[in-house]
Amino acid sequence: MSELHTVNKSPFEKSSLESCLGHAQEGSAVLLLEDGVYGAAKGAAAVEAKMKAATGIKLYVLGPDFKARGLSADRLIDGVEMVDYAGFVDLAAEHDKVVAWV
Amino acid sequence: MKFAIQINEGPYQHQASDTAYFFTKAALEKGHEVFRVFFYHDGVGNSTRLTTPPQDDRNIVNRWAELAEQYKLDMVVCVAAAQRRGIVDNGEAGRNGKDATNIHPAFRISGLGQLVEAAIQSERLLVFGD
Repeated sequence: MSELHTVNKSPFEKSSLESCLGHAQEGSAVLLLEDGVYGAAKGAAAVEAKMKAATGIKLYVLGPDFKARGLSADRLIDGVEMVDYAGFVDLAAEHDKVVAWV
Repeated sequence: MKFAIQINEGPYQHQASDTAYFFTKAALEKGHEVFRVFFYHDGVGNSTRLTTPPQDDRNIVNRWAELAEQYKLDMVVCVAAAQRRGIVDNGEAGRNGKDATNIHPAFRISGLGQLVEAAIQSERLLVFGD
């Protein structure tokens, strides 16, 4: 049973990214979207460390939301893959269920 | 694959309705089926035909309505959430003694059973909220 988790809150605003990474099972995926994309940007050591500690979990960021916040691809934390909405649809279809950390 | 979409937030205040719209559009363009879009809590605000955003801004209500027309989407607004927030169709106006309606004809008002049915009938339920 693999799950796709979606996180739409900035890690500087709420703890949903941390909670999600703590709950996500190996083989699951986490997609950061809306203000959640700040969790995929380089520059904040504490956030970066949490993302890098998430071994066995695939990390994705919604590209349009990342770019809409003035972040360019070179700001992306290593190991995070950028997807568009079509990629979001593929992720939802590939995993058995989608869990929204709203 | 069959998707069900649930939207819990109103337009313009949060990004939830925008994200849900772009996901739904992308899913339909990929040939997937969207069984139902269910508007719950403040999400019912996405269904009023009386919004007039500035011309250079997106019209979220009309955008949903156009997508629904193109793909024959079933867009359902929760009745209890709608009553609380003043989203009214002819039936509700008659039952509750209101002198006007405001729901866009692309949407219909119904009960929570429609959300449960959508969750059962679909392979994935995606929730968009704040």
